Order: sequence, then structure tokens, then C-alpha cells
Amino acid sequence: MRFRFTEEQEDIRAAVREFCQKEFEPELARKLDREEEFPWELYRRACKLGFIGIHFPEEYGGGGYGILENCIVAEEMCRADSTLGTAIILGDFASEIILRFGSEEQKERYLPKIASGEWISAGAFTEPARGSDLAARLDTRAIRDGGEWVINGVKTLITNAPIADFFITLCQTDMEVEPPYRGQTLLIVEKGAEGLDVTKIGDKMGIRASPTGEVSYSDVRVGDDAIVGQLNRGFYQALYFFDESRIEIAAQAVGIAQGAFDRALKYAKEREAFGRKLIEIQAISHKLAEMATKIEAARLLVYKAAWQVDQGKLDPILASMAKTLAGRVAVEVCDEAVQILGGYGYIGDYDVERYYRDAKITEIYEGTREIQLNTITRWILRRSG
Amino acid sequence: MLGLSFELSEEQEDIKRAVREFCEKEFDPELALELDRKEEFPMELYKKAAKLGFTSMRFPEEYGGQGYGILEDCIVIEEMCRADSSLGIAITAATFASDLIVLHGTEEQKEKYIPPICRGDFISSGAFTEPARGSDLASRLDTRAVRYGDTWYINGVKTFITNAPVANFFVVLCQTDPKAHPPHRGQSLFIVDRETEGVEVSKLKDKMGIRPSLTGEIAFSDAKVPADALLGELNRGFYYAIEFFDKSRVGVAAQAVGIAQGAFEIAYKYAKEREAFGRPIIQFEGVSFKLVDAITLIEAARLLTYKAAWLIDQGKPDPLIASMAKTLASEIAVRITEWCIGILGGYGYFGDYRVERYHRDAIVTTIYEGTNEIQRLTTLRYLLRRL
Repeated sequence: MRFRFTEEQEDIRAAVREFCQKEFEPELARKLDREEEFPWELYRRACKLGFIGIHFPEEYGGGGYGILENCIVAEEMCRADSTLGTAIILGDFASEIILRFGSEEQKERYLPKIASGEWISAGAFTEPARGSDLAARLDTRAIRDGGEWVINGVKTLITNAPIADFFITLCQTDMEVEPPYRGQTLLIVEKGAEGLDVTKIGDKMGIRASPTGEVSYSDVRVGDDAIVGQLNRGFYQALYFFDESRIEIAAQAVGIAQGAFDRALKYAKEREAFGRKLIEIQAISHKLAEMATKIEAARLLVYKAAWQVDQGKLDPILASMAKTLAGRVAVEVCDEAVQILGGYGYIGDYDVERYYRDAKITEIYEGTREIQLNTITRWILRRSG
Repeated sequence: MLGLSFELSEEQEDIKRAVREFCEKEFDPELALELDRKEEFPMELYKKAAKLGFTSMRFPEEYGGQGYGILEDCIVIEEMCRADSSLGIAITAATFASDLIVLHGTEEQKEKYIPPICRGDFISSGAFTEPARGSDLASRLDTRAVRYGDTWYINGVKTFITNAPVANFFVVLCQTDPKAHPPHRGQSLFIVDRETEGVEVSKLKDKMGIRPSLTGEIAFSDAKVPADALLGELNRGFYYAIEFFDKSRVGVAAQAVGIAQGAFEIAYKYAKEREAFGRPIIQFEGVSFKLVDAITLIEAARLLTYKAAWLIDQGKPDPLIASMAKTLASEIAVRITEWCIGILGGYGYFGDYRVERYHRDAIVTTIYEGTNEIQRLTTLRYLLRRL
């Protein structure tokens, strides 16, 4: 057991913190939240400093670090600002699939552009008729025709869709196979492909600077070189990716919770009521102690899950546990932060209501809380025989 | 420099395995139920555990201990409480407060008390709480020690004292300077042998839980103790006690983690086997979600507990993490043991299925070694200091 970071990891954390302090303006965050716009400039600056793709190998323009370092970046950015942080750290979303399963050509084509901030990626899994139930027969199909794949279908609730340069799309490639998930394949479709149409989905509750969209495919044609990994193994590759990526979402949740806590604590130290500081009132101080405790517990679980991946011992149970707990803690802590700020907490200028809205997504995407709990049950039953 | 690691060392894994084996062989659920009913200490088991070194992990080898740290101690506590909440707590708490002698005692004191503790010949007890004050130790104590020549005379009453009915000696916090301001600057610790004249112990019965871990009241009436019974420096007792609690509450967190884990395993096994409406009840999300929430919370609390223990062993004890670990672990233990009763339904309410006992035993972890309300104050105090 060792509960300390390397100096290098501490340096990364300090660098991210410094960057956010200098560059993250609350006014900008509020504006982008209102307008549902992506923080382009900040994103490119974060890329330039190596914060995005920190977990890619150096040969592809990355930092050569692991998932743990990526989690440190996610946590610190979301702590500094839940809206800007989420939008930025998700800019490379799903590119890890190429990192893990892509061909040499794919890695060379996509990863350096992602790490440099030139391109943004998207993972297209969810369909209008099925969210978490990916194992069912997908409506998005890729059919072989003249040495190419012809894709038809619709993907929805896709993170980054309105700004992405390519979409890693999960398609049904074998229509007859049972169970259906044995006939699914991941295909890369680049922006501008004929028949590809993206619409932005507005009016989200939170993470409004991280654009979401619907992607429709009408006879979109791609070659064999668009296949990521193996034909008909897409479902398995996607699940592996989710096991990893949900750890980053868990880190995001921890950061959001910590940021809301920081603001609530600051407020409680300054605000007076009934002749004393709020913090001197036990109903408030005990709440704060509980919030801090929950955050620290969730954080350790997230670090453990990330550490396991970096040790080459990814544990889907722990990854799901980390996400479930961190997501719940984030929502609960933000709720209490709003409560501590009272009326001000309900107003945009004080930011905690935004943190609250942003926290909620962590219990939904990358597998809802309910799906996580089912996954964990299945794994535990399998392991205990 | 090596970074994070969430692995136990091989040695620690061996300790864990050895304790588990011991408990599987020696902990009889029937015995636990009987001692719970009769409120009796598992003396034989305690001695056996001591012989194997399980009760002295954290004491130095030169005094008969195993020379390990708090983390290893926590591993033992967790495993024993997992195997049986009542027996586990009774056995692992039997050396309670001996740490104060290891930390602050003279060579003579250490040699007199620690080897018999390590062998399991002695049981120790720490007497801090008074009838008029539980957590508020910093105020002026009613138990006073006054010096005449080479002798101290102690008068007062200590209550809710773990092990009092079976302890061979008590480490007693007394007011030695009644005028000191603030009062806690005038408190000292004494080691008082059980046979000392003027010391009377009565057993406090009818506890809700941890009934094989005996609790008592100690009355001192002109109890005469020699000058060399003073532990550490005069008027530093309060500080020693607080420093000790910062460590010992990590042990309470480990108890809670073990209890929660044990109850979870009983409920999990039951849920896999028990059928209702044509399938094992674990296939109902109303049951499985509770179990998964439970195991998730247990893992989080365990990591906090290990972190607190690890920090102590690194010579960097952190009262913030320790109080967080104790609060979180105790609260999830109470919650989870209650869920487990619910999962076992009617059976869960009966002694034979053990989870009701685990639940009763879990509750004390939110109370002793500083109630959780006190822990929250500690947590916040340290947070504020740091931010």
C-alpha cells in the first residue's frame, strides 16, 4: 500500500491547477453554459500544454502517461470548472478505442491530431431505440457492397457530435448472428463523408459547453480500413473501452464534487447569519465534513480503479464501483452545496447550481447508474461461482 | 520515487490469510451467540489469538509484540470482525490503550505491562470517559489525582470503560492541576493496577451490542498509586490521549469495515440461495442493488481506513483522514448491516442468522472513540486549517 503520488504526478496536478486558475474564467463558463458553445480556444491551449492525450504514447503526440494521470487532469479541470472541465476533457472522447484496438495507420492518422487539438473525436454507440442495451441488434447497419461498407442508421445523444472530425460508430455488420452483439463492428466515419448528417441537440440540463448531437448515416460508404480492431468484435471492444472510460467519468465526478465543496466551504466561512459565521453552525459544518469525507472516499476508489488499469489489471467491478459511487457523491455534494448557499446557490453567478446540473450526467452517461449496478452484480456472481 | 499502490505486501497477505484461517477454525457462531446472550468475554479465544501474535501486531518485538504497524493491526481487526463481529471486537479491543504505555512509558513500565499484554496474560483498559462528560475531555475532569509525598491519591468515577471488568490495569486520565487554564493542560495519565486499594469495578450490563466486549464503571476512592505510576510527563495526559485517539479510531474504522464485510457476505450468500417468486432473490434488483451499493461503500471505506493506517505507519498520522475513515466506515457499517437484515427478511431478525447481531455491534462504532458528531468537528477543523 502506498497512498502517495510520484513527484511527476504532483507536478502534472500543479500544472493543470495553474492553467485553470489562469485560464478558466467563471464568466466565460456561464456564457458558454447559456449559449451551449464549446470552449475552442481553451481546448486548444489545454492541448498545447499536453493535457489532452496525456495517456497516449509519445510516438502519437501524447504524454506517454497512464489512466491515472489522465484522471488527475480530469479531476483538476472539473474541480476548477465543471462546465469547461467536462467539455475539454471529453474532447478526445473514444479516441482511446483507436489507441487500444486501432491499426498502426489509424493511430498515426488520428491520435496526433487529437493530442494537438486539431481534431475532436466522437464515439457513436447509442441509438434512439436503445441506450444502454447495446447488446441487442442495432438499427445502425453496415452492409458489404463492392468491397466497401454501406452504413445506414441513426445514433443519438452523441458527445461532441456537432464538432467532431470523426465518429467511431458501432454498427451491426452481421444481421443473422445470435446473440446479435457477436455481429457488431466499430467503423470510423470522418466528417464530410457523403450521407453523413449531424444535428445538434440543444437544451441539455447540464454540461452545456460539451455539445451533444444526433448523427444520421444514409448510405455512408467506408472501406475496410475504417474497421477498428476486428470485424464483428466491436461490441467487446466497446465494452472494454467503457470499462476504462468510466474511470475518467468517475474522476470528472470527483472533480465536480470537490469544486462544489470548495465553493460551499468558502461561502460558509465568509457568510454570516444569526450573529456568527455559517461554518460555526453545526447544521452547516457537519454537512461540510460529510461532503469532504464522501469525496475523499470516492477519490480513493477512482485512483484505485485507474491504478489497476495502468498495472495492466483492469477490474470492471472496481471501474463500475468508482463511477457509481463518484457519480452519486457528486450529485449529493452539489445538492448540499446549493443548500448551503441558499438562495444564492440557486443563482448562476454562484456557480454551484451549474455544478449540480453538470454533476447529474455522471450518473447517466457511460452506462447509467442502474446499468453499473447490474454489471457489478453480474461480475460478482460470475467470480463467486 | 514509487507512487500509488493499492496492493498489500506478501507479508500482509500472509497475515490476512492466517487470521482468516484462525477464525474459520476457532470462531464458533454458537459460542458467539452464547457470549452475546451472557455478556461474557471470550477468554480462551483471546489467549489463543494472542499466542499466534494477532493481538500484538503493532507492539515492538522487544516487548513481545510482532513489530508491525497500524495497517497490519487493521488487517487483523478487519478479518476478525468480518468472521464474527462480537468475538472480533472483544478480542481485538482487549489490548486497548496499551499503546499509551508503549508510546510514553518508562522502560520499567513497558517491561512490566507490555509483554504480558502481548502474551495474552493481561488485558488493558483506558479510563477517560466520566459520567458527566463523554467526548468533552478538555473540560475540568471530576477524577482528580493529588500528590502527597511519593504517593498519588485518585478520587473519581470513570464510566463506559471498555474491558474494565476483565482488565489487569487501567490507564486513567486524571485532573492533576485543578487550576490549570485551559483545564486540559492540567491532566495526567496514570497506570493503575486492578488490585490497587480503593479501586472498585462494576460491570455495566445490558448493552445493545458488542456484549462479549465487557464494559464497566471504575470508582476510585483514595486509590493510592506510587509516583512511578505516572505515565509520561505530568500534565501532558490530555495531549497523549488525543494523539492516541487519532490512531485508535483507525482501529474502530477497521472494525466497522470488517463488520460490514461480514454482514455483506452473509446476505450475499443468502440472496444467492434463497428463492422467491421462482428465482433466487439476488436476481431482483431491489436486492442486488443494495448488495452492490454495500460492497462499493465497503471498498471505499476500506481504502480510507488503509490510507489512515498507512499514514500513521509512515510517521505522518493525519487526524483528518482518520476521522473521515472512522465516520464513514461506522456509518456505512450501520447502514449495510441494516440492509442485510432486510435482505434476510424475518430470518435476519433472529440471532441464528447473525446479521441482527452484526447490526447491533456496528452501532457502537459510531459512538466510541469519539462520537461521529465529534469526528465531524475534527474533520472540519483540520480541513479549515489546511485550506
